[in-house]
Amino acid sequence: MSVMEGLVALSPALALAVTGLLVLLVNTVYPNDTKATLLAVLSAGGALASLAAAGALLTGAGAVLSGPDDSVALYADAVVVDGMSLFFAAVFASVTALVVVASFDYLAENPHRAEFYSLTLFAATGMALMASANSLAVAFIALELASLPSYTLVAFLKSNRGSVEAGLKYFLVGALSSAVFVFGISLVYAATGSLLLPEVASGLAEAGDGLAGVAGIGILMIAGGVAFKTASVPFHFWAPEAYEGAPAPVSAFLSSASKAAGFALAFRVFVVGFPLADVSASVDWVLLFQVLAVATMTLGNFAAATQENVKRMLAYSSIGHAGYALIGLAAWTQAAGGSVLGASMAHLLVYGFMNTGAFLFVALAEHWEIGRTFEDYAGLGARAPMASVAMSVFMFSLAGLPPFGGFFSKYFLFAAAVGAGYWWLAAVGAINSALSLFYYSRVVKALWFDEATTEFDLGETPTALYAAVVFAAVATLLLLPGFGPVIETAEAAAAALVP
Amino acid sequence: MILETLIGVTFVAALATFLTPDEHAERVAFVLSLLPVVGSLYAWYAFDGTGNALLDGGSLAFATQIDWLTVGGYTLQWFVGLDGISLPLVVLSTVLTSLAILSAWTPIDVRQSQFYGLMLFMEANLIGVFTALDFFVWFVFWEAVLVPMYFLIGVWGGPRRKYAAIKFFVYTNVASLAMFIGFMALVFNLPVDSFGLPAIAGALRAGELGGFLGLTPGTLAAVAFAAMFFGFAVKVPVAPFHTWLPDAHVEAPTPASVMLAGVLLKMGTYALLRFNFTMMPDVAAQFAVPIAILAVVSVIYGAMLALAQQDLKRIVAYSSVSSMGYVILGLVAYTELGVGGATFQMVAHGLISGLMFMAVGVIYNVTHTRMLGDMAGMADRMPVTAGIFVAGAFGYMGLPLMAGFAAEFFIFQGSFTSTVLPAAPLFTATAMFGIVIVAGYLLWAMQRTLFGEFSLETDYEVTRAQFHDTAPLAALLLFTIALGVAPETFFDMITDAVVPMLGGGA
Repeated sequence: MSVMEGLVALSPALALAVTGLLVLLVNTVYPNDTKATLLAVLSAGGALASLAAAGALLTGAGAVLSGPDDSVALYADAVVVDGMSLFFAAVFASVTALVVVASFDYLAENPHRAEFYSLTLFAATGMALMASANSLAVAFIALELASLPSYTLVAFLKSNRGSVEAGLKYFLVGALSSAVFVFGISLVYAATGSLLLPEVASGLAEAGDGLAGVAGIGILMIAGGVAFKTASVPFHFWAPEAYEGAPAPVSAFLSSASKAAGFALAFRVFVVGFPLADVSASVDWVLLFQVLAVATMTLGNFAAATQENVKRMLAYSSIGHAGYALIGLAAWTQAAGGSVLGASMAHLLVYGFMNTGAFLFVALAEHWEIGRTFEDYAGLGARAPMASVAMSVFMFSLAGLPPFGGFFSKYFLFAAAVGAGYWWLAAVGAINSALSLFYYSRVVKALWFDEATTEFDLGETPTALYAAVVFAAVATLLLLPGFGPVIETAEAAAAALVP
Repeated sequence: MILETLIGVTFVAALATFLTPDEHAERVAFVLSLLPVVGSLYAWYAFDGTGNALLDGGSLAFATQIDWLTVGGYTLQWFVGLDGISLPLVVLSTVLTSLAILSAWTPIDVRQSQFYGLMLFMEANLIGVFTALDFFVWFVFWEAVLVPMYFLIGVWGGPRRKYAAIKFFVYTNVASLAMFIGFMALVFNLPVDSFGLPAIAGALRAGELGGFLGLTPGTLAAVAFAAMFFGFAVKVPVAPFHTWLPDAHVEAPTPASVMLAGVLLKMGTYALLRFNFTMMPDVAAQFAVPIAILAVVSVIYGAMLALAQQDLKRIVAYSSVSSMGYVILGLVAYTELGVGGATFQMVAHGLISGLMFMAVGVIYNVTHTRMLGDMAGMADRMPVTAGIFVAGAFGYMGLPLMAGFAAEFFIFQGSFTSTVLPAAPLFTATAMFGIVIVAGYLLWAMQRTLFGEFSLETDYEVTRAQFHDTAPLAALLLFTIALGVAPETFFDMITDAVVPMLGGGA
């Protein structure tokens, strides 16, 4: 593998990183935020370039990979580029592009625009690397690269107490789980003598029962670190606080892209690094993820149902969706692993659009300063019809109703769980999904059915934010007819991962 | 590509209407809605299908079958086509939507572009429901119909619209979920690799169903049949699953009521016909007596409830429960005339109930009341509307030479001679007694509102209805009479599609 081919293979991550640096450069040349539009266009262009690179590599156009079931290893196998990493890179790039475009209006009054864009792009770079990590060391570094900018982004509105408090909470919990994660890595290293995932797997097979306890504790601690990043129970407490306090575009970014990155990491580490046959002596992680999945989706959905604040409701519903995505690992079997993992990945892609869009609608509401509760949203349908249609699309899609993308992704997820023999897991998911319709429809009801409680002008229309919301809605709708390539790519990529 | 064009044009029309300014929306919507009417009439004219869409031995009209995606060993297809059962319902959907849009001009005075956009969006999905032959495509359209209706009731409805909209949404969604699970239980235990309805129907009729979780194939089939029957029965609605209907109807604006009674209820009976009765005739025969009891109870109980109402719109709403009971009776009889008559009744009831709801709507526009006690002698002041109302009521009662008579005659003849249903003459005779009650409540309601000395207990000036209010009524009356005089316009193609399903086996 030549250097050039290595750069091509990593181009989705590199595009994000280089753009982040370019944004800083432009800001140095033109300080005081004089080139606001240039910065936004540059950042969005970088994200779209990353998306294009991931798409091109997935279809084999880059000549480095022949398709989603091919892979290349780089840097002494520490980094691997395959269908799964590229699929997730496409998710991160899409969400980043949406968030960057939407932030243009949201940050209109903020003097630190360039910093916001570059932090977002660096976090996205970290996420893209998380999906590619084939070594536990790279996994940890990538996780930190994604996390550190995120802490700052949550606290970005530094004159807003909620934002700062949320950032602090996020940082403290994040630092703790990083410590847990890295300690877990050290235990696994102690038991196996390697950090590379395939070697960890063979080390676990050879070590036998001797160090099973040490390896088991290490695996549990790594699962804890993953649970933090994906906002899964019991490491979910930071999520509602952080999502509520953070600027809404950042909430969108964290709850869609950052969560997907956690899953990307978890899928590869557990499936490649800790094959179930070799670790069953120490820890049965399928059982562990079953418990996590059921607890996460149930707690997330019940907590979401009791919220009065839309942003907080979305935060808890995001926890619920982490529970659905966990089915990818919870219903994992050697035979059916590819299809459940693939379905989980496809759900995360659809989720990237519908959840980002929902949070961006909240950003729109924050931009208009109309408040955050369900009552505050009353009557918006008459005043901002297109955005409200988009929000209704997101809500129905998140609830898993046809004809929106969320219906298919949930259906395939549950059907894959049934196919793997875990029909009860699908049943829990379906019941939770039916429950979620209750609180999602409250938003729709407020938008369209309820009369506005206050009378005031919405002011000017933030074009970029509006465009991002509508684009996400169109994508959510078009993902239904266009689901074929998505699920086929995801399944091929996941099947290639399964040993 | 005719069906794709038809659905696509209607979606585009919906979007265009949504983006039109409110003051032009009603005209734009009506003109655009004529495009699918022309399309469906062309489909009728060029129809060359034979046999049943789900069974071997026929050929579908305008069929398209393209692989869409393959997941977990199952192929999903974009699969649409028409046979003699679906074509009349497609024509009914397009024609009734246009007339409902016309009838909305007077009562809908806020957010018009959204209202008409939703009507057209619903129409596109209705055409999809009646043409789709792959389960997933069908289910997407099926559920997508709910969303616009939810908004139509919830935004433009009466005082208790939020309650009615949410009740409608929750009831029909839970029903859909039960049906979905029932159907999936069948598919996963069949040796098929696609969700194409013909493939599934063929495998089921050939008895290829396997067991699941210790259930024998027979038990699994019975459970799945029950789940699907429940799902569709809520939509129809069959008593005792009908309680969402009066709320939804009374709160819905007139055009939405027209669509709800005229087409949406037919989705339930159409699906029962396609799924339960075509795919699993053996199980249907096992359950014949309970289903027939539900049908007869719906007929009699629905009519009795209508008799007890004081609200003109509620009377028409409950009468739908009664009329749809006849459809179920015709289906369970499982004879050529029974199933054919049931399908014919779907069209006939679509026309007549649409006519009645529109007539009630016109009276309400003028009087701002629907309560029987508040008005009398309306025939003096609005003779045209009253005349059409009376004609529609006669259609409902089954006056010869009107569509309702033909449909009920076919159904009764078919159910009387049923060999599947034990004690068929008894059930038929009991159901026929419903006609007497129907005549009773309609004549009584007309006598109290239309005839006698004029009086009106509201502050509104009574003016004669405008032309665009009565034109759709007249059109519907014309269609009702046309179908009654010449039922073979649809009935021949219906029986052509019905006969293959009665044979049993594949």
